[in-house]
Amino acid sequence: MKILICLSNVPDTTTKVKFVDNNTQLDKTGIQWIINPWDELALTRALELKDDASASVESVTVITVGGKDTEPTIRKALAIGADDALRVDTVPGDAYVVASEIAEAIKSRGYDIIICGIESSDYNNSLVGGMLSELLNMPSVSAVSGLYISNGEVTLNREIDGGKEIVSVPVPFVAIVQKGIAIEPRIASMRGIMMAKKKPIDVIAPANVNALTEYANYELPLQKSACKMIDPENVKELVDLLHNEAKVI
Amino acid sequence: MSVLVFTENWDGHFKKLSFELVSYASKIAEMLNTNTIAVSIGIVEDSELKKLGKYGADKIIAVADNKLTNLDNHTYTAIIAEIAEKEGAKTIVFSNNNAGKALAPRLSARLKAGLVSGAIKLPDNVNPFTLTKKVFSGKAFARVIIKTEFKIITLAQNSFELIEKNNTPSIEQYTTQIGDELLKTEVKNVEKQTGKVILTDADIVVSGGRGMKSPDNWGPIEELAETLGAATACSRPVSDEGWRPHTEHTGQTGKIIAPNLYLAFGISGAIQHLAGISSSKYIVAVNTDKDAPIFEAADYGIVGDALKVLPKLNSAIKEVKSS
Repeated sequence: MKILICLSNVPDTTTKVKFVDNNTQLDKTGIQWIINPWDELALTRALELKDDASASVESVTVITVGGKDTEPTIRKALAIGADDALRVDTVPGDAYVVASEIAEAIKSRGYDIIICGIESSDYNNSLVGGMLSELLNMPSVSAVSGLYISNGEVTLNREIDGGKEIVSVPVPFVAIVQKGIAIEPRIASMRGIMMAKKKPIDVIAPANVNALTEYANYELPLQKSACKMIDPENVKELVDLLHNEAKVI
Repeated sequence: MSVLVFTENWDGHFKKLSFELVSYASKIAEMLNTNTIAVSIGIVEDSELKKLGKYGADKIIAVADNKLTNLDNHTYTAIIAEIAEKEGAKTIVFSNNNAGKALAPRLSARLKAGLVSGAIKLPDNVNPFTLTKKVFSGKAFARVIIKTEFKIITLAQNSFELIEKNNTPSIEQYTTQIGDELLKTEVKNVEKQTGKVILTDADIVVSGGRGMKSPDNWGPIEELAETLGAATACSRPVSDEGWRPHTEHTGQTGKIIAPNLYLAFGISGAIQHLAGISSSKYIVAVNTDKDAPIFEAADYGIVGDALKVLPKLNSAIKEVKSS
């Protein structure tokens, strides 16, 4: 089995976001870039499967659509344990461009399982995995919280409201994964970091796909009004506020 | 030109979410001067389908096929595309829930339709077609323009009110031309909890963090949830340490929720936790540390020990409920 993980390069989740150019662009000053948290869990699970000889995972490749500035994040994935990496050299305008560029780049590379995180923590779209599966004309399973390979058969846990389904699907397919697929992301070892320097990043020319949407501008939320503090000895006041002021109980 | 809305069913029934979604779709149809068509896939009785008319569906297309009771992303997408084409619908609306996230992006790629996911309100404008959504996990809003003829929107959960229109919709039983060859997802087993309020559906959520001190202290959280008819949730450290199941983890990488009331006990409010709960209409925080960031997000706060406040709160709420 050959596994491909789609990586998004995103601002660290603790970043305080700001915008520039009349609120049309993210202010990138001082931002630390990381592997999108769900993609990191996907990579972790793929590497766990590779470590398990019975799963017969031959290779784990990562792919990113982005400029050269995304390479530190790609190197991080290689240091964690991915075998090799692809980078489509373009700054994508929207999720459709990302999915189309990935689809073009991997068409003839024969991956059996393609894994995307449920969303990226910057635009929170949940789009690339689904779009990619359609462009590749493959089945997709979404809301995946478990991925297992046994005797060449793949089973997945698919989250549903109030529970989960155990589903099977033939390869090749796209899995769109969320929390549960792995619990803690794997951390790069010193040896991994050294080895990552020698692993290949294959830079691919873009197919130059047009975006279907355009991010016009951004706005920060209004400051929330101050929290009304209540004496711990007077819990009844809180209940009164919830009942009569907020009217939520 | 019609607006098409995909209405998922749960064992043959719709939820409040379905009716909010139809209300939303029919308001967009009003803006575009057209009608609203609801699409249902799976086995749903006519009496249940008619309920969609109450919230503004003019027509319902039901694909009642026993083979289609389980979600198959590829097949469902092909069927919705087929119906959109047959009806000449150019705007298609989904919920931003599991099924919507599974189907809308596939349909977008299939129809080359621009898609805005997690829209929080009606379009600001229909020309250019502009929607508002949250980005950076709730830290900002973005206005996004859809540039294509076909348009797809997924609506953020609990972000639109029910609007009653009391239409009497026509119901068309539709037989799809899509064959079985796309059906590849086989459901082998279903594990479902019964009798518990589902976290992403809940109007009220009672949540605990590390300030609860031990997994043995969750009794009062569950009792308060029971009093309120609420779902239970927890912060990431609590689920990572195995005090509570991962399905309860609420926050950026866990569940993103938008209840009417979120009660946080012993949760300090890390930025990643706030990302998962900031869409709640009201937030109550109980924490021993008066400087905890949760109080910046909260509407009502108590500086105190969650374990001491919980039983008092439970009995005070019971009193109000019985009066």
